[in-house]
Amino acid sequence: MTQIYAYIVHKDGVLDDSAMELIEVAKKIADTPVTAIVTGSGVDAVAAEAAKIYPEVIKIDNDALAYPNAEVVRKALVNALPADSIVLLANDTFGMDLGPGLSIKMDSSYISDIVAIDGVDGDLLKTIRQEFGGEVSTHTTCDMSAGAVINIRPGSFGMDESKAASGNVTDKSADAGDLTCGRKFVEIVVPEAGDVDITKADVLVSVGRGIEDEENIEMVTELAEAMNAVVSCSRPIVDAKWLEPARQVGTSGCTVKPKVYLALGISGSFQHMGGIKGGFIIAVNKNPNAPIFQVADVGIEADILDFIPELTEAIEEL
Amino acid sequence: MEILVCVKRVPDSAENEIEMNSAGNDIERDDLVYSVNEWDNYAVEEAIQIVDKVGGSVTVVTVGDEEADEVLRREMAMGAEKGILVNDEDYEGSDAKGIASILKSVVEKGSYDLIMTGAQGDEGYGAVGGMLAAMLDMPYASLVNKLETGDGKLTIGREIEGGNQEMNEINMPCVLSIQTGINEPRYVGIRGIRKVASVEIPEFDADALGVAAGVDNAKVKKVDYFIPETGDGAEMLTGSTEEIIEKLIELLKANGGL
Repeated sequence: MTQIYAYIVHKDGVLDDSAMELIEVAKKIADTPVTAIVTGSGVDAVAAEAAKIYPEVIKIDNDALAYPNAEVVRKALVNALPADSIVLLANDTFGMDLGPGLSIKMDSSYISDIVAIDGVDGDLLKTIRQEFGGEVSTHTTCDMSAGAVINIRPGSFGMDESKAASGNVTDKSADAGDLTCGRKFVEIVVPEAGDVDITKADVLVSVGRGIEDEENIEMVTELAEAMNAVVSCSRPIVDAKWLEPARQVGTSGCTVKPKVYLALGISGSFQHMGGIKGGFIIAVNKNPNAPIFQVADVGIEADILDFIPELTEAIEEL
Repeated sequence: MEILVCVKRVPDSAENEIEMNSAGNDIERDDLVYSVNEWDNYAVEEAIQIVDKVGGSVTVVTVGDEEADEVLRREMAMGAEKGILVNDEDYEGSDAKGIASILKSVVEKGSYDLIMTGAQGDEGYGAVGGMLAAMLDMPYASLVNKLETGDGKLTIGREIEGGNQEMNEINMPCVLSIQTGINEPRYVGIRGIRKVASVEIPEFDADALGVAAGVDNAKVKKVDYFIPETGDGAEMLTGSTEEIIEKLIELLKANGGL
């Protein structure tokens, strides 16, 4: 039976939550024990933590792996893992960087951003994925007969938090092989703190693509002023340079936890919703199928360009 | 610098409301509005800006049908000098690995210092760029949102979690997948597209490339589409606009929003 490996993401000696999630994914693929892979420089403590979750842990310790540069990690994995392996990765910015190339070098299949597993039929993994920002889902199969690299959407599978395992750690550092590559990690640049801090706001008036035009941003600002709230936004607004990056909510922006989150013309992609940790969510959108209506507390089907001025006026009259 | 940008014609998510077809196994495709994949458009803009600065030329390539020609011409109107269309019905249903194999053979017919893709396409795999790089044994970086040219190498920023940026040096030739927001893609007018209407676009088929792809070679296959079952969802406020606003203000007050 093909061996399943789960790549453990860790930072500053702490395991990412995906470590507890990938073992749940593995259980849905096969009954065989799953092996955790820990790479890095000086990772004994991390490997020991992983051994509380996984029955087997492989450790690859090398100075070249001190920062998880996907190009270097790929070489280590290709050298250390057997052919036909199934490798599970979190579909975060590292997993997206690593997965496609890893599958080519291991001559296996690649499927990414799966949100559920609908069973296994022989070598065929039956997955569920999403398209069009989550408006529709697909049944998609992946042939695992020659192995597979499977990227899972973080937060989709639940976590095994029992930490009841007492796994074996095997040092495979000697198998890492040649780790030279044409891409060198330099540094992490943290964005400068701007004038606005949306992470501290109690009330956020958040605007998305539905605002259509830069000149319409002003009506959102006016509503926020009337509510004594702070303006935030989804990614397309920052990409269009209509608002500054410090106002972006989502996995690639800020994580917020306001009392009230008023989402205006935001479809509600998982990347956006991943940045909202709690609070009462009110969504206004003209598309009744917008995914945000599945997660909001209260929804209003309306064109925000008509709705916002009326709401502002009503609040100003209070 | 010679730059190849891989682009795709996709349903425009901003212009379409997605609905299921009557058979309930696919989305309704009859009235879909198509355009260039948004990520690819940023990649083309970035390529044009590089060439404006250091010289060279930009070529755009797509794997599609006759209608994909319009996407190539749109990107050529932006400033890409050449277009390449790969068109063969045998390539329908290709998975990401199939597309990457096709693109590999296109790359090998030319001589490029830099190859770009969008960070993802309409299906959201984000796979073609990384696969292509591995097939070509070139270095790769994904989710690039900053790019500076240097001598034989590039300094690039990758968008990582929390708004942070991971800076890397990468040797050329290399493959990069480009994230939205890296630049402000220029506007393309009807006049610009007319100017490139008669430019000849070379076309390759499976025989010319000698690459097997398509649904029969795909390891990853889409079976069908469906609308996911969801939980209770939001409580929808109904009534006249005045009634809705009245209810909304009560809810805002009750939850600390006013």
